[in-house]
Amino acid sequence: MGALGSRTKQEPFIRVVKKTEISIGKTFLLSLFALIAAIMAGGVFILAIGQNPIDVYITIVKGAWRSSIATKGTIKIAIPLLIAAIGITPAFQMKFWNIGAEGQIIMGGIFATYFALNFDYLPHGILLLLMFVAGMVGGGIWGLLPAVFKTRFGTNETLFTLMLNYIALYMIRFFTEGPWRDPASSGFPKIATFSENARLDRIFGVHAGWLIGLVLVAVMFVYLKYTKHGYEISVVGESINTARYAGMNVKRIVLRTMFISGAICGIAGMTQVTGAAYTLGEGVAGGVGFTAITVAWLSKLNPVIILVVSVLFSMLDKGCSVMQSTFGLSSAVSGILQGIILFFILGFDFFTRYRFVFRKAR
Amino acid sequence: MENMKKEAMAIELKQITKTFGTVVANNKIDLSVRQGEILALLGENGSGKTTLMNMLSGIYKPDSGSILINGNAVTINSPEDAIALGVGMIHQHFKLVDALPATDNIILGVKDKGIFLKKSRSEKIAEIIKRFGLNLDPEKKVYQMSVSEKQTVEILKVLYRKADILILDEPTAVLTPQETKRLFEILLLMKKEGCAVIIITHKLNEVMEISDRVTILRKGESVATVNTASTNAQELTELMVGRPVELSIEHPETYFDENLLEIHHLTVEDEEGINMLKDISFNLNRGEILGVAGVAGSGQKELCESIAGLLPVKKGAILYHNENIVGKTPNEIIKMGISMSFIPEDRLGMGLAASMGMVDNMLLKKYNEGKSPFVSKKSARELAKRLVEQLDIVTPSVDTPVRRLSGGNVQKVLLGREIESEPNVLITAYAVRGLDINSSYTIYDSLNEQKKKGVGVLFIGEDLDVMLELCDRIMVLCHGRVTGNVDTKHITKEQLGLLMTDAGTKKGGV
Repeated sequence: MGALGSRTKQEPFIRVVKKTEISIGKTFLLSLFALIAAIMAGGVFILAIGQNPIDVYITIVKGAWRSSIATKGTIKIAIPLLIAAIGITPAFQMKFWNIGAEGQIIMGGIFATYFALNFDYLPHGILLLLMFVAGMVGGGIWGLLPAVFKTRFGTNETLFTLMLNYIALYMIRFFTEGPWRDPASSGFPKIATFSENARLDRIFGVHAGWLIGLVLVAVMFVYLKYTKHGYEISVVGESINTARYAGMNVKRIVLRTMFISGAICGIAGMTQVTGAAYTLGEGVAGGVGFTAITVAWLSKLNPVIILVVSVLFSMLDKGCSVMQSTFGLSSAVSGILQGIILFFILGFDFFTRYRFVFRKAR
Repeated sequence: MENMKKEAMAIELKQITKTFGTVVANNKIDLSVRQGEILALLGENGSGKTTLMNMLSGIYKPDSGSILINGNAVTINSPEDAIALGVGMIHQHFKLVDALPATDNIILGVKDKGIFLKKSRSEKIAEIIKRFGLNLDPEKKVYQMSVSEKQTVEILKVLYRKADILILDEPTAVLTPQETKRLFEILLLMKKEGCAVIIITHKLNEVMEISDRVTILRKGESVATVNTASTNAQELTELMVGRPVELSIEHPETYFDENLLEIHHLTVEDEEGINMLKDISFNLNRGEILGVAGVAGSGQKELCESIAGLLPVKKGAILYHNENIVGKTPNEIIKMGISMSFIPEDRLGMGLAASMGMVDNMLLKKYNEGKSPFVSKKSARELAKRLVEQLDIVTPSVDTPVRRLSGGNVQKVLLGREIESEPNVLITAYAVRGLDINSSYTIYDSLNEQKKKGVGVLFIGEDLDVMLELCDRIMVLCHGRVTGNVDTKHITKEQLGLLMTDAGTKKGGV
């Protein structure tokens, strides 16, 4: 009997318990808490480097919106992020883990650039339409490839899309140093700047990409929620067996959806080269494709929330660069601060799914 | 009796409560088992039987209440703790390594002293086999074993770890009547040896046969504990359901004379090229319920899926109104105007989209109707609302994700949708699995309704008693072959049981 007693262990102090699904109101409240926690943790970091957190935060928010130039800058950052996040959404809704937005953006940029460099004698409207379609085709092909291999041979789409990113990236270098090298630039290889004719028009002072983004938000919202295609995507994401049972052609749906996903990301690449950079460089995507995954996931794949979140992300980005110059801080500081804030906001997702149970005093 | 009570109980659970989110799975449950006693834990699906036992075996932890083993209060944090306390659980789904022989499976994970002492371990296993008169070759590899042999290995695993408290979670669900009898002999021997045995079940005849006492759970509460000798099936049912129930199944006669579905020499392979169905031939007529009996995994799933066009057929033909549908996609089969409704056994994985609401699930097979690119949800919403009323589906709203509904309600959503599609052939796999008694009888009634309308029903079932009452004919599958196709008027449960095993095949072959 004594032996039995000694075998008995004590209950662990904390246990993690899965929550039942929580209401939208509570989710919102938790997100608010996450934001406050993020701001406080970031504040501690700012204090540690000898600055006043309140001043710094005010600078970040003001910096993003203080003047029309700043506002335009913020919006310019938001455009590719928004479009790429919208692009990722249908793939993720289908539980096809498209990590390749980066590469799809680049391919969209490369395809669009081809027309900008070689067909700039065409009328402006036709040329831009051509570039738009080319961007979609380029990104679409890059999205279609992993889907073809997945449906044919069952390859892992996460690794496949990830690897395609690098191929796309090195293709830019190939074009820069090879066939598309600007003969006018001496020494440092680069692709020629687009002529005026091949540049995207501005609307209210910012390139028209923002309008394209807003239209895509509306289209994607309707597409996923009200169309037969959207319904198919949801069912395939839910269970491939259920989709087959319902008589759906799962392969066709996967291929079609990944083409659409890649094509939209390709549009992001097209607007970047023709609206923002006026040329194709290695920084055309610049990690946007990865940030977009965070944005889409954080927004629970809701296009309207994606719009809000991508604007907030760009505000943080723009505001931090203003803070950097105002306080004379290094870019690493703003990197760390952004990291801390993101960590808290993403980490709080845990609390929407789980809760802690503490050992009760006996 | 008074003397017995003074002895410490092998297990005593006091006021055990366990909640999952807002669902109270167990509410202040008391339960006790003596040494050398078999206790049946009876209750409908969802009444909290498995949850309660999982707390005894260290898988869950109670929110409140206490567990006493041999009179000592204990805390069980893991299955390891449970086994150290002498509690062994035999789960519904076996946890065995297929490629290893029984011996290795039994000693796997046991922290005995020494590395090369396999011989003494084998001796110990042999001794247990002898003591309980088990029927098992310890060197046989698990993948070569029948379901009943695998279960024996699970029991051996627990006995080898010197458990004297045994919990069996619905052990007879996968056994033929003969194998069940064998299992009960083993349990009685254990009882003689002084073990405490808890058997979870919802089959009343088994409770009456094997147990000394019965504890009945209903909706997470223990409603009664009675001596088996002083009760009967009717009383137990009423305790379990909470009100009197009529336990008879209608068997209407129909007068159709038309062949609906003819299966000729159907052979189906799995991905590894192993025959799952071998040369199966049968037909299904209008206005009849054809039962398909067999031990789990005898080819029932493959049969259903190949008729629905979900599995490639290697050989043979499936004729529907004399038209071969082999090789057509599910969509083509639907479009050919064949209204064949298939209710898969894996409901949430195949029949329904779990995180969609009832409305969206109603659309699953007909979302594609019409030329508009948009999905029309109006009629689906009406249908969902009608089903909620007709079948008493309990759901917060028709838009609540179906995975939040209880198993029985999920089943009703699926069956309701399939019946509403006005099928000619209705295929159901384990239509009442997970349903409470009342809902089960609602389902039997609606299947009979379909039968009267001239629908051919293929009923894949597991409860032979029910099948004998409900079906017109029963086809028995064993290892992917048809071992019998008999009229239910001229066969007994025992004869069916024989057909379900190899023994039956051999006798039938001679």
